Amino acid sequence: MALLTYLDAIRLAMLEEMQRDPRVFVLGQDVGAYGGAFRVTAGFLETFGEGRVIDTPISESAIVGAAIGAALMGMRPIAEMQFIDFISLAFDQLVNYAAKSRYRWGAGVPIVVRGPCGGGVHGGPYHSQNPESYFMNVPGLKIVAPATPTDAKGLMTSAIRDPDPVLYLEHKFLYRRVKEDVPDGEVLVPIGKARIARPGSHLSIVSYAAMLHVALEAAEAAAAEGIDVEVLDLRTLLPLDEEAILTTAAKTGKVIVLHEATRTGGPGGEIVALIAEGAFESLDAPVVRLAPPDTPVPYAPPLEEYFLPNAQSVGKAIRALYDY
Amino acid sequence: MDPTASQLGRPQLVELYHFMRLNRSVEERLANLYRQGKVVGGLYRSLGQEACSVGSAYALGPGDVFTPLIRNLGAIFVRGGRPRDVFCQYMARAAGPTGGRDLNVHFGWLSETGSMLAVVSMLGDMISILTGAVLAERMKGKKTVALTWIGDGGASTGAFHEGLNFACVQKAPLVLIVENNKYAYSTPTRKQTANTRFVDRAQAYGCFGEAVDGNDVLAVYAATRRAVDRARAGQGPTLIEADTMRMRGHAEHDDMKYVPREVIAQWVPKDPIARYERFLLDSAVASQSDLDAVAAMIDRQLDLDLAWAEASPFPDAGSGLDRVYEGAPARPPVPRLVAEWEARKRR
Repeated sequence: MALLTYLDAIRLAMLEEMQRDPRVFVLGQDVGAYGGAFRVTAGFLETFGEGRVIDTPISESAIVGAAIGAALMGMRPIAEMQFIDFISLAFDQLVNYAAKSRYRWGAGVPIVVRGPCGGGVHGGPYHSQNPESYFMNVPGLKIVAPATPTDAKGLMTSAIRDPDPVLYLEHKFLYRRVKEDVPDGEVLVPIGKARIARPGSHLSIVSYAAMLHVALEAAEAAAAEGIDVEVLDLRTLLPLDEEAILTTAAKTGKVIVLHEATRTGGPGGEIVALIAEGAFESLDAPVVRLAPPDTPVPYAPPLEEYFLPNAQSVGKAIRALYDY
Repeated sequence: MDPTASQLGRPQLVELYHFMRLNRSVEERLANLYRQGKVVGGLYRSLGQEACSVGSAYALGPGDVFTPLIRNLGAIFVRGGRPRDVFCQYMARAAGPTGGRDLNVHFGWLSETGSMLAVVSMLGDMISILTGAVLAERMKGKKTVALTWIGDGGASTGAFHEGLNFACVQKAPLVLIVENNKYAYSTPTRKQTANTRFVDRAQAYGCFGEAVDGNDVLAVYAATRRAVDRARAGQGPTLIEADTMRMRGHAEHDDMKYVPREVIAQWVPKDPIARYERFLLDSAVASQSDLDAVAAMIDRQLDLDLAWAEASPFPDAGSGLDRVYEGAPARPPVPRLVAEWEARKRR
């Protein structure tokens, strides 16, 4: 066991996989000498050399494109987006090449595209986004979004070993704010499996990434009032763990879906649709969606605090749903 | 035409003719299939551009990797692709390499003896993909070279810039042929770029550059061969501008009215196959009966390949759900309510 931050866990998973498997390498902007904008690849250049730690031009399309080409030739590239907001510039390579390759011609593209997502750090409209919804409509892609150091490590290891392209969303608010004891050595968290972060009986919150911690905080506060909240950590957004979502919905009959991506067209719509189709008879109340308003992520602290769901707004929803 | 520059012997010189002739003959067969309604999508010809595909691909070595664009059909045959696969692709037949999932030259193969990475419609993407492919090979200690093409239109994309720039920074063993065929669909080159000398871009990016007569198969071969040798020797990418002309519309439905007739007329005498035939005859590399024998052999082969392809059915309607990911297929598009209702009705 070692006490690791979320960021340490991501770094350690990549480091250990690079030591284990010579096919694994990293490429991206400033990943070498500087060690990445958030220092996720700090020390990699010294350990693995320029051949496996490739500083690239500011060319997101070429970064993901080169990763695809290398993967087709048998490598296991990890491509970094300095901020995940910039994945818009690599959208085409990821969506049109990586995700469709196996379907079209049988050639899997085992790449990991990773980068810091999320708000709460005053990054403004272009360093705070949660782009998962853009990619959830892409067959062939997998999307993971860990909330804890153990899952961060286990999902990164699984993503690197996965035979298909994985978009790995690491929430920058969590990088150094969450710590826990993570088992030494190999940690594998299966892609596509959610986890009960907190068992409960009265109602369920379905969430992931930074909002998972908001959900847990609100659940803790509600427990003091005798409301027993179950919290489901999705961990993977594509493919969704439909069974886990339907199981918790059937168990409590009351569901809050909470995420940091904006509301309209966000992941919540899909989750709620699954529940409506698959657990309709179990529902005791309307499903509640909690998400930021349909605006870009604002910069000023009061604006951003208003934008992001928090334990108070989640707490209110818990009480309203409990009273229904 | 200068055979000495190519340093090719008689069998290779005749083989080049074979591949150009095959390229054109397959497209003639496809045009017939298109008129018969058997090509379920569009048909994109490379009439007049066969030398650009064949001459360049012929310069690759064993293990080298390439991606043809829509007008590089000839390159596929040079690298071992089969006409029957192309017929199946256009007719969306189950026996084709993508089993009807993708169309025309959108297929590929992975092989130690030389891979073809499947193209996508988004132009320019393949430049960085092939760059990554050969960087991977370099990491493995291999001297694999990559070849791909881009048109005068595709050269306007951001992906072109990002890919070629990164390849040059990495001194990747990449050969990029800018096939300047004067029109991107209906848009003339002067509306793509203010400097229509694409070879100038080599200097801008910091790689080797060479302009070549794209309708001279030997010149295309020789220039590509030099580029491949430089790439394999670790000297980085080469941009080759091949001057040619698209002699048909963007696709078969396109009557090409936007191209002035006199422009077409200027290019008719430059037809790469007719020119090469004259060269082979004039230099006594081959006789007319040799050339006729090549054409006859191609015809016999294509009869067989076409029959084989036409014998293949379309894929089964429900068979397109697997291979989205490794493992389990996608769920059929039947909602739970409907499935349960159907099950009740059956009881």
